[in-house]
Amino acid sequence: MFLEETLKRIQSHKGVLGTIVVNAEGIPIRTTLDNSTTVQYAGLLHQLTIKARSTVRDIDPQNDLTFLRIRSKKHEIMVAPDKEYLLIVIQNPSE
Amino acid sequence: MTGKGSPKAGARGSASRPKSSSSAGSAKSNKSAKGKPKPSAGKKEEAAPPASECAPPEDIFPLVLTSKTQELFQCRADEDLTQENPYKLLRKEDILLDVKTRGVVSDFQPFKQLVLDYPEEEILLVYDRDFKYGNNFYLVGSEEKKEQFLHPPEASTQEEEEEAQEAPYKPPESKLWISLGSEVEIEDESIKDHRQKICFKISRIRREFGAPVKFSDHSAVKEKENYVECPSYQDKTFNIKQMEKNAGIQAIPMLVEASTQTKWKYPKNACTQYSAQEFSDEEKQKLFTSKSLKDFINSVSIRFEIALQQNEIMNAFIDDWKVLGEEESSFGGKTDTHLKEYQSFTDLHFSKNKAVSFVNWHPSIPGIIAVAVREKYSFEERINFSAKLLLTHALILIWSFSDPIHPQLLLECPDDVYCFEFCPSDPSIIVGGCMNGQIALWDISAHMERLQSTRTGGGKHAPAKATSLPGFEDPHANDTPVMRYCAVSSIESGHKAPVTDVQWLPDYYEVSRLGTPVENSSGMCLQIMTCSPDCTVFIWDVRAPKAPLSQMTDRKKAEEKRLDILHEIPDTFKHLDLTWKPLIKVALPKLDGGGEYSSMKFSLVDSHRDTWIHGNVDKFHPKTEKLESGIDYATLRVPSAKNLKGQSDVSTKFSLGTEDGELVYADWKMEKDNDTGKLSSSKPSNCFVIHDGLLNTVQRSPFFKDIVLTVGGWTFAIWKEDIMSGPLLQSCCSQKRCTVGHWSISRPGVFFIGKEDGSIDIWDLLEKTHEPSQTQNICTAPITCIKPWIMSSRQHLLAVSDEQGTVYILEIPWTIRHPSNNEKTSVSNYFEREVKHLQYFEARKLFREREKSEMEADEQKRKAEAVPPEKTAEQLEMERKTEYEEYLEVEKKILIQVGILQEAEEPLPTV
Repeated sequence: MFLEETLKRIQSHKGVLGTIVVNAEGIPIRTTLDNSTTVQYAGLLHQLTIKARSTVRDIDPQNDLTFLRIRSKKHEIMVAPDKEYLLIVIQNPSE
Repeated sequence: MTGKGSPKAGARGSASRPKSSSSAGSAKSNKSAKGKPKPSAGKKEEAAPPASECAPPEDIFPLVLTSKTQELFQCRADEDLTQENPYKLLRKEDILLDVKTRGVVSDFQPFKQLVLDYPEEEILLVYDRDFKYGNNFYLVGSEEKKEQFLHPPEASTQEEEEEAQEAPYKPPESKLWISLGSEVEIEDESIKDHRQKICFKISRIRREFGAPVKFSDHSAVKEKENYVECPSYQDKTFNIKQMEKNAGIQAIPMLVEASTQTKWKYPKNACTQYSAQEFSDEEKQKLFTSKSLKDFINSVSIRFEIALQQNEIMNAFIDDWKVLGEEESSFGGKTDTHLKEYQSFTDLHFSKNKAVSFVNWHPSIPGIIAVAVREKYSFEERINFSAKLLLTHALILIWSFSDPIHPQLLLECPDDVYCFEFCPSDPSIIVGGCMNGQIALWDISAHMERLQSTRTGGGKHAPAKATSLPGFEDPHANDTPVMRYCAVSSIESGHKAPVTDVQWLPDYYEVSRLGTPVENSSGMCLQIMTCSPDCTVFIWDVRAPKAPLSQMTDRKKAEEKRLDILHEIPDTFKHLDLTWKPLIKVALPKLDGGGEYSSMKFSLVDSHRDTWIHGNVDKFHPKTEKLESGIDYATLRVPSAKNLKGQSDVSTKFSLGTEDGELVYADWKMEKDNDTGKLSSSKPSNCFVIHDGLLNTVQRSPFFKDIVLTVGGWTFAIWKEDIMSGPLLQSCCSQKRCTVGHWSISRPGVFFIGKEDGSIDIWDLLEKTHEPSQTQNICTAPITCIKPWIMSSRQHLLAVSDEQGTVYILEIPWTIRHPSNNEKTSVSNYFEREVKHLQYFEARKLFREREKSEMEADEQKRKAEAVPPEKTAEQLEMERKTEYEEYLEVEKKILIQVGILQEAEEPLPTV
């Protein structure tokens, strides 16, 4: 389906390690990683996204969080929040 | 004149001198001599007896009368004037006349004036017999005196007469009493009546005498008449205000004791367990197909695409400055590029004039280095000096950094040791290969403590002194302990030539008796591989083999021989001593033709050594836990080959360097020969002759498993094991022989080459490959062994030994030990390039050959077309002969030109 293709396209980018779709409560729906890692990522990033969003809205109530990128030594975690879902992609940039 | 003189003399005599028994004259004269009036009523004054020369009083004038004058005036001493009668009255007129007539000579000249003034007619002259006034005569100048002299003598003589008689008794007169105050005291003490005494008279009626008496109680308190009370009262009149008060003050600190009690809260372990919420699969499917998710993904995916692409394009967070800086800093920052000498070890007794054959760092104790020394004799010399050699033992010295003069331990070897290794899993076991083909085992676990304590700076003298009594010291207590080997291999079944390389097989596999690699259940290194120029490679096992009957005789022999073994040798390998036989013998038949390769050094593909020569001591920690219980090697047995699992992922290949400069790839795996049923090893797969001399180093890179460094003759080469066409890099011939080489253990592209002239070349493959990046001369003798070691992250040491018995410990500077960024990838890229280069070369070679063969074929074709008429055999022969003669001529000419052949001289024509 179109949905699948989109996810596949994202997954096939250079350096992408995994993709996770999470619902509003932090329960993973779809993932390409193993279960324990998925659960960990989902729970932690869900909380972080909520915090980030509330931060943005506190500063300017008209504003809203659209994209969150966390760059670490080893890889980059990208989170796109929505009202009901959360899409997480982990990529290893450059080499 | 005499008349004047005598009364005076008499007066003199009455002078108070009651003691004087001398003539009255002198006494009198004394009295009147006192010109000053001294009234003494009735008292006889004792004149202080004047000295014979005292100052004459005013009226007395002493003078000297010469005898002539004496005659003139008839006052001759002792004749006219004597002591009794010293006075003479002289007429004034006579004196004056004398003065006139005689003038200056006259004795009376000085007194002329006196005489003139004298009121009376006659002057008294006194004969001073005693020279009282300094001269024998004196004049009395006054009338009163004169009279005194003349008259009182009568009275005084009277008095004296009275006094001379008994003093009359006078009773004491009572005088007035003077009070000194004592009567007051006496009065005080005495009792006097102040008043008249009072008299009382008491009477009673007669009838009351003797009447019965009645006693009754009577209270004293109740009736106030019975007693008189004198209570104290405060007398207001008597009120003295205390104006001064003495008080003492002491200051002490306040001491307060207080205590509190707190509630004791202690941490408690509590845990909760939860499991994450998860959807079931159906729910997931349901959600997945929902529309909301679709919309979400569609809207979000664009952002992701952009982000992902950004990351792919470039890394936005690279700190360019930092990356730039790191590469540069190694260039110009640290100027110290030379190997600094840190310490050197040489022993005057044991390593003088001997060559160091091998050096090894102790794997677990830092700062301990073991050095094997050997004699430098050639074979003939050894035979000549064999008697001397028998007496001196071959030794391995173990040095500690804390004591550079005395080695810590000496290991006795059966013969000169060419190479030795510490057991990786048990660092107190050392195996060494000797010159006579035997291998020896040492167990230094008894001295491990000592070595460790010396490393920490304990100093070996301190413990010796602490435990020894003064008179009973062992004179050898401070000597270096000598440890004998605890096992040697059997002479018959060992190598026939010096053992040049010995290595422990890694602990993750072991070799069974059938020659196949099997699983190693013990996790310890128990097998040793040795090679020797007698064209054999042996694999030995440290455990006791299963004892078939034939070995019983060997054991008995061994036991007989061991009767004289000292007690100090540990029994670790008693089961092996003198009966040790190799487990597997690997033969090395030559690839081309007969003969075998005489191996010098080898390097296993799967080798434990290369993984731990990084100097990482941590890798030993898991092993030491096992070792604490102590390994009893004697009880270990070689397991039956059937029971063990085969390990297929272990490579059984190894690279071998030979005496002839060849590098051989061989396989030690034994295969069962189908025909004979015997086990035999396969033939080596490849052989390369590159080096001009014997290979003294075959070493695998610690970073790349398939890169091998070989050093021999005047060159060295780097090989990749898969590439069979040739070395990746071969150095040009250096001016001096390369004696030893070693990879650096911290940098993948650096290695050290030791030379014959005692210098070390440091090669950096990333810097330049045509010459060493650095050369440094260490000593004057050829270098025999190089071993690097990492002491700490800041200190990398290089042990270099030479042929004069000295081991130099050098410090590797930062530039040489610190790898640059991505050095490993750069070096591996370099090797890949070289491989490609070789492959290209090979391809070109093939291409060229093909080309050449094509060209030749073409030529031949052309030649074949224009075939000349066939010549007969004779003609051919003739042609060949002429050709040959022509050739000889040419040869002769060339030889003459070169100078080898001398032109034959034409013989002189005979006459």
